[in-house]
Amino acid sequence: MSDNLVIETRDLTKAYGKFTAVKGLNLRIAEGEVFGLLGPNGAGKTTTMLMLMGFCEPTSGSVLINGYNPAREPVRVKSVVGYMPERIGFYDDMTARENLEYTGRLNGLGGSLLKDRIAELIETVGLKDRADQLVGRYSHGMKQRLGIADVMIKQPKIAIFDEPTSGIDPEGTDQVLNLVRAMARQKVTVIISSHQLHQLQKVCTGVGIFSKGQMIASGPVDKLGRDALRKGNYNIILPIAQLADRVRSEISKIPGVFSIDSIADSTIVSADEDISGELERVVFETTGLKVQMKVEEFELEEIYMKYFEGSSI
Amino acid sequence: MNGLMEIIRKELADSFNSKRFVILFVLVYMAGIATIYIAAQNIRAAVGDSTRDIFLNLFIVSGSNMPFSFPLFMSIFIPIIGIALGFDAVNSERTSGNLSRLLAQPIYRDDLINGKFLAGLAMIAILIMSVVLIVAGLGLRLIGVPPEAEEILRLFMFVIVSILYGAFWMSLAVLFSVLFKKTATSALASIAVWIFLFLFMGIIANLIAGAVYPVGQDSTVAQVADYDSLYRMINRISPGTLYAEGIQAILVPIMGNSSPTMMMIGMYSGLMPAPLPLSQSLTLVWPQLVGLVALTAICFAGAYIKFMREEIRST
Repeated sequence: MSDNLVIETRDLTKAYGKFTAVKGLNLRIAEGEVFGLLGPNGAGKTTTMLMLMGFCEPTSGSVLINGYNPAREPVRVKSVVGYMPERIGFYDDMTARENLEYTGRLNGLGGSLLKDRIAELIETVGLKDRADQLVGRYSHGMKQRLGIADVMIKQPKIAIFDEPTSGIDPEGTDQVLNLVRAMARQKVTVIISSHQLHQLQKVCTGVGIFSKGQMIASGPVDKLGRDALRKGNYNIILPIAQLADRVRSEISKIPGVFSIDSIADSTIVSADEDISGELERVVFETTGLKVQMKVEEFELEEIYMKYFEGSSI
Repeated sequence: MNGLMEIIRKELADSFNSKRFVILFVLVYMAGIATIYIAAQNIRAAVGDSTRDIFLNLFIVSGSNMPFSFPLFMSIFIPIIGIALGFDAVNSERTSGNLSRLLAQPIYRDDLINGKFLAGLAMIAILIMSVVLIVAGLGLRLIGVPPEAEEILRLFMFVIVSILYGAFWMSLAVLFSVLFKKTATSALASIAVWIFLFLFMGIIANLIAGAVYPVGQDSTVAQVADYDSLYRMINRISPGTLYAEGIQAILVPIMGNSSPTMMMIGMYSGLMPAPLPLSQSLTLVWPQLVGLVALTAICFAGAYIKFMREEIRST
């Protein structure tokens, strides 16, 4: 992870009267990351995004986007940040192309540059055949895809998507997330919130879990999984059903290893750090086998459920 | 700057393409042409032997079969135009989900509300100027008496004051479009204010002035004058009164700034004092002009402040 932070918040807090929507948030997102915001409805994800965009003023704390404060220098921030709100709308009496043209012109674009860019984007989001139809006749999924084109038109450095997959069918969800992934490949830093945990996991390099206005955990999914489900320990899976005692004792001598369990057709070595390299060497030296081993991976859904089990959300 | 220009451009294009505006244009043109036609038929009787301001008379004469003169009818239609242009300025963007998308672009937040206001002002100006030009052209053709330079200046002033009056109603409607989330509510609120000022302001002014200075059969002239000045002072809260007084001072040089009752007496009694020169008329109309600008500024400032401080949520 590079140290080039593009989004940084310090003790960011937003209160509405007695209700605190976001509490002491310290978010640090580096360039090129795809950061997922998870959490139940009303946990403060949207409010966080609004404060990042300068759409609502923080009660206390600070936000820096690309080095600028969005409340003080909105134009500098918004010229590099794209935002897709949860309920995105377009002018229904204009075609998709006209809508994108308007957005482009608000970004100071024009002429053939804008025309070409729009044509390219419309193709990217798969709306080529319908580009000259009135947006009023678009389905929800098509509008979401048009929304992504709308965000991309300014060629942002940072893109913020608030629930881009809500209310659309599985195919549409896949399309939207593929587009997000394509943006990430172009080195765009992405913040995305979604309830499609399985799909989100495939896109994100890091996630933050929100509950009642606070980010209760954040980091890459595998780290979150270890923290939440394995008390921070690593489980390394060896595809060998029964280990000879000699091998077993050699493995247990590796510093950090505290248990070796056999289940079904494999063996799980638990350690308090990632010892897979060491383990591979030991197994090779004792058995002469080159074994494929892997560090246990986690489902985001499992982690999410762990955080919210038993709590009435 | 770029954002402001783009928003004005979009808003103007929208207005010209909208059915709403076509309806307004047709309504205003039809009424304008009808009043001028009636006025041309009655102008001989109204003007009599006078040779002054014949052309201007086209705009103030009405007929027995159509008791609306052009300014009177404008004073009814301009609020409708202003409200129609402003009542959904901000809340329709919000409900359609366009607001957060627009404000995510590199423009200042006030570009949006300023652009909408300026585009609306331009539409009002276009509408009023075009109808006055059409009516003037038609009148010229009907009576064949060309306007004098002073009459043209007076008509120009009439256009300016009318645009300001329209600007007030639009800024009030824009204010409601920021305050209320639903377009139906903001439209209704604007119309409610209009009806209140139009129908009830006179009654309220009458009640208050009557309570402070009771006027009866045995009242002295001084008492009646006190009553009248208080009555008119209260009435001036209403921009409609300011507008009526303003255009009267401009279009009826003979009348100056007298009250509507005095004007009626003057009109029908044949008591014609010497007409005021344009510079004097302008001096008379100045307070009304400032009043209209101030009311417009207050409404727009309210809308502006509320909009700038507001949280932009898509839901």
